[in-house]
Amino acid sequence: MSERIREALSGLLRAELLAFEGSGEEAQARVPVSRVRDALIALRDGLGFNMLVDLTACDLLRYPVSHQVGVTDPCQATQGDAWKEKNVTHERFELTYRLLSLDPESGLLGGRFAVKCRVSDGEIGPPSIRDLWPVADWLERELWDMFGVRFSDRPDIRRILLYEEFVGHPLRKDYPINKRQPLLASRLKADGEGISPAELRPKLVP
Amino acid sequence: MNDEAFQTPGVLTSRLDAAIGWARKYSIFQYPFVTACCGMEYMSTAASHYDMDRFGAGLPRFSPRQADVLMVVGTISHKMSPVLKRIYEQMTDPKWVVAFGVCTCTGGFYDDYATVQGIDTIIPVDLYIPGCPPRPEAVLQGLMLLQEKIRKQGAGSGRQQP
Amino acid sequence: MKKSYYLNMGPQHPAMHGVIRLILELEGERIQGCEVEFGYMHRAFEKHAESETWNNVIPWTDRLNYVSPLINNVGYCMAVEKLCGLSVPERGQYIRVIASEVSRLTDHLTCIGASAMELGAFTVFLYMIKAREFLYQCVDKLTGARITTSFTRVGGVKADLPEGFEEQLLSAFAEVRRVLREVDGLLTKNRIFYDRVNGTGRIGREEAIAYGITGPFLRSTGVPYDVRRASPYLVYDRLSFEVPVGGNGDNLDRYLVRMAEMEQSMRIVEQCFRQIPPGAHSLEDRELIEAGVMFDEGKAGKTGQLWKAEAAVDATLEGTGQRCAPHIQGPQRQYALPPKEETYGSIEGLMRHFEIIMWGRGVRPPAGECYQAVEGANGELGFHIYSDGTDRPYRVRCRPPCFFPMAALGKILVGENVADIIPTFGSVNMIAGEFER
Repeated sequence: MSERIREALSGLLRAELLAFEGSGEEAQARVPVSRVRDALIALRDGLGFNMLVDLTACDLLRYPVSHQVGVTDPCQATQGDAWKEKNVTHERFELTYRLLSLDPESGLLGGRFAVKCRVSDGEIGPPSIRDLWPVADWLERELWDMFGVRFSDRPDIRRILLYEEFVGHPLRKDYPINKRQPLLASRLKADGEGISPAELRPKLVP
Repeated sequence: MNDEAFQTPGVLTSRLDAAIGWARKYSIFQYPFVTACCGMEYMSTAASHYDMDRFGAGLPRFSPRQADVLMVVGTISHKMSPVLKRIYEQMTDPKWVVAFGVCTCTGGFYDDYATVQGIDTIIPVDLYIPGCPPRPEAVLQGLMLLQEKIRKQGAGSGRQQP
Repeated sequence: MKKSYYLNMGPQHPAMHGVIRLILELEGERIQGCEVEFGYMHRAFEKHAESETWNNVIPWTDRLNYVSPLINNVGYCMAVEKLCGLSVPERGQYIRVIASEVSRLTDHLTCIGASAMELGAFTVFLYMIKAREFLYQCVDKLTGARITTSFTRVGGVKADLPEGFEEQLLSAFAEVRRVLREVDGLLTKNRIFYDRVNGTGRIGREEAIAYGITGPFLRSTGVPYDVRRASPYLVYDRLSFEVPVGGNGDNLDRYLVRMAEMEQSMRIVEQCFRQIPPGAHSLEDRELIEAGVMFDEGKAGKTGQLWKAEAAVDATLEGTGQRCAPHIQGPQRQYALPPKEETYGSIEGLMRHFEIIMWGRGVRPPAGECYQAVEGANGELGFHIYSDGTDRPYRVRCRPPCFFPMAALGKILVGENVADIIPTFGSVNMIAGEFER
């Protein structure tokens, strides 16, 4: 299966197929942001990948360069300062579109495949695929909410898990885990108004 | 019961107080504000094995106006907090709040951007039942402690409202 | 001209068990449009997973799908083991299967019980919770906790099956079967129940696949997709079980599929008890000898015991300290925890335990990423893990199975009556902890 996918994708994308690795259920390919949609359409219509299993991202801000996919020679990566934290915003987010080809009659798998692309910080991401798989609507909203990845034809995308008042995107590596943004002002901080901290303490029944 | 004449308790009023406290103790109408994992143990406690009905707390009311014990069962996130506060405010006096599970007591191990670090930062709490989730036995013990508190409170509303 | 109006349902609604808000556009009783608003239980599982060591993430996985926590434990540990290239001893795999299937039973019992209660059948709820209680007692005996189990470890499980577990579980199954017969008699041909679930909440097969729906929800449409069957993991390929399917994709089918699956789960566990081999339940931990000492002993020809041991490297090359010099890869590959008796009984055991558990030490899977799917109670539960070679996961993504039917919920409900929301939402079996993570 992965050989057929490789042929189909390299026929479609030629030099723009940035990487193709793994085999069987682990196979994956990396494509440029602008061609993700084309690749997914080809996989869906040509190769029977009828289910979008997952769409997720990873913030590569602190991911060591030497471990990244596509770096073939680890010695090259360890030279100079390359082994330090990457901490650059170029190609910061790695998006993974995970596909499944399912035979509705037998319930058996034709294969699994993952398409990846990298989006830089501040750059507009790939076009939306919510017309190909309707569930992508929510998955894309989650990516915007958690990572701040935008989709090129969804300028007014809304948050999904958090509230609109929230500033920032929590799954970015530079968002501290306990930076809270309460919707409701804490009663402990209320000055004069509301209840004082002493009253909030549990009262013991005599 | 807050009239001037009743401010100094006489024999009659203190007896009445005790009677009201006793009656309230066994007629707990709870509002289960169930959000998360603790709901599973709440179900277990309410169902036949542990049977909360033995303590006069058998009937959950799903309208805050008919309930007098607000059971906050499970993690409260910042997105949920205005809803919780509103439901608390809709309840009529006398009312009590039970923090069920460690997330509602202190935030538990969810020390993160999304979770309220203890519901007592939003609404006053009468009883804390820690545990992640608390076992049904712990819930029943908590319920008995709450009953004791209600009984001692008598006819007073017990709490200064914010 | 007909006028439509809006109705808000939730986030605190007795039938929205959990915390979901539906904004309905109604025309009379008919639903014209439905928007689902959620996130009221988002509690940052994925962020927490990035700040904990590999083994410490396991307690967080309990609270994803808290109705079937053991399946989450198993799924996460299998993903980490896939990354490390470990394989758990056979007995451990059987124990994981038993644990998963017991969890699946509790999940389906709760799902049917709760949704029947919302349709007015309170007795069914009490019966189902009674049956679940017997299973919880078994889970309690096995793991030491009723709900938040944290049972698996990277490389195995916490402990072997306790004494008398098999008898207790089999007698619990007898109770469950009795309850299921009773519930079957109470519900399946009950006119009130039947009329409310038959033909409501219908979804087509192609549409279900396009929405990425898996699990009982997909099987009710007639697609026999089950991860245990399609890509077998653990020892599922040695066990015989059937994958029940429906045909119409409505609430009745989903109820029937779940009822039939419970019987299959019990069958699987009974087969496991017959097949389970004796032996170790986890990878056995190996003795650590300092690299220099090992080298000297080997040179001196004292190789008799060396094959059992592993060379220890300097602690500064391990864990988070390793980030300063990632090009020096310490060869230490120590994954297994010592048995609890040794941890509590000897200082060496305790030290080895800390070597695995403490921050900056412990399990360090090689850099890379992997995806592992298991069959959760609601469908395909996947863990997509990135490792950067340190003691903490770089990123853990959980593919929540109930996210996908929930995405379709708004579409399914259009054209139905308000009363049909209750059985449809009940059959999705939305679990907030997993849905919103």
